[in-house]
Amino acid sequence: MTAAPFPVGQRDYSLVGPDSRRAVEIGLASAEWYHSEVPRAVMKDLMKRTDGPAIRDTILWFALLIGGAWGGIYFWGTWACVPFLFVYSVVYGSSCDSRWHECGHGTAFRTPWMNDVIYQIASFMVMRNPVTWRWSHARHHTDTYIVGRDAEIAWMRPPKTLTNFLALFDVIGAVRSLGILARNASGRLTPDEKDFIPESEWGKAVLAARIHMAIYAATIATALATWSWLPLMLIGLPRIYGSWHMVMCGHLQHAGLAENVLDHRLNTRTVYMNPISRFIYWNMNYHIEHHMFPMVPYHALPRLHEVIKADLPPPNTSILDGYREVFASLRRQKTDPEYYLRKTLPPSAKPYREEFHTLDIARSRT
Amino acid sequence: MPHWIRACATDDISPEDLIRFDHDGLTYAIYHAPDGRFYATAGRCTHEDVHLCDGLVMGHLIECPKHNGQFDYRTGEAKRLPACVNLQTFPVKVEAGAVFIELN
Ligand code: FES
Repeated sequence: MTAAPFPVGQRDYSLVGPDSRRAVEIGLASAEWYHSEVPRAVMKDLMKRTDGPAIRDTILWFALLIGGAWGGIYFWGTWACVPFLFVYSVVYGSSCDSRWHECGHGTAFRTPWMNDVIYQIASFMVMRNPVTWRWSHARHHTDTYIVGRDAEIAWMRPPKTLTNFLALFDVIGAVRSLGILARNASGRLTPDEKDFIPESEWGKAVLAARIHMAIYAATIATALATWSWLPLMLIGLPRIYGSWHMVMCGHLQHAGLAENVLDHRLNTRTVYMNPISRFIYWNMNYHIEHHMFPMVPYHALPRLHEVIKADLPPPNTSILDGYREVFASLRRQKTDPEYYLRKTLPPSAKPYREEFHTLDIARSRT
Repeated sequence: MPHWIRACATDDISPEDLIRFDHDGLTYAIYHAPDGRFYATAGRCTHEDVHLCDGLVMGHLIECPKHNGQFDYRTGEAKRLPACVNLQTFPVKVEAGAVFIELN
């Protein structure tokens, strides 16, 4: 069956609509992507798994969580609790995303159960169904920013700037996530979820959602029993008041760049960041590198960057520099949804994969 | 009818690594295990159409380069999501410094 043509610029981001069918028809779905060349021996060394860095970082992560929670409880009711809850909320509401991500890939630790335990904890903190999101993220890697295929496109065109930046204190995202968990807990999955989760996993998705909702219910019950906000400030709400760092970094990954291309250098951004942000974000600022080679652990991404940077567009030099670029591009996309920022490659780089990225779905509809 | 096909020389594959082997329009992965033995499986991951030759061999596991699904390449058993379907395996023998796989 062929999808009916429809006007240039109009996109359907659902996973079961005409753009989805079109992406399959023209070979954008599950396609082969461009990779920078890395000698096999070097790549083997970069992919090597070890527990050391992630154990060190996890001890520090838990120390910050426990210390922040302790100070928040001890000084609750006074201004002194604010710095403790500030630290606690960021390591809860923002670091959870990167831990969820890396342990979901299974690359953070060498030991599988360590990845699994941290993945489950982080999924709870970030309010994501650990089953559903494993599959949606696999799709994000298969079909990164392919319209109608990727369930994780944050900046749909034309961009809704205000809505997305209101998400900086992720009220909308958290409420939406909680709603999804509640729906899953009631046994319901949407057609999109059924599209990317194999049927054998549907029951597990429902069970995981029920466990998460039970913990939230217990937290609310404790808050009511003690007539205090404190339990919610420690469980649940940090996903809102501490998520600003996650959202700030997350928006830089793909916003304003190309859709429907098969070269991560065109749709993904690498940004140099300060060491604190890199700890919170577990080096996902090297995002082109991560998408090209998802089996390289987070702690080896700076080394991978050095190996392939001559083949990549120049990275943004800071978070601020990244946002200047993002805002300029989004401004143009508001009036011209076909626009995307196309960065100049250094002379040492292989050219962009023209034969694939000219296969823009919108332009191929005639 | 089953027959043995020469896939590579034993020293074409470093220990704890794999290579791609194409034959008769089909593609395979040949492994050199850390214990010195050789194994063969279908070349493409059962999750999506991605060749395993760029993946990572860890002990007796092969990790797919796309979504980090894992298989035990001795038995083909899928060991880590999103890989759920087992890989096909093929008998292997080593003779005179060469690795042979048995194909139908
Ligand atoms: S393609 Fe191999 S795990 Fe997805």
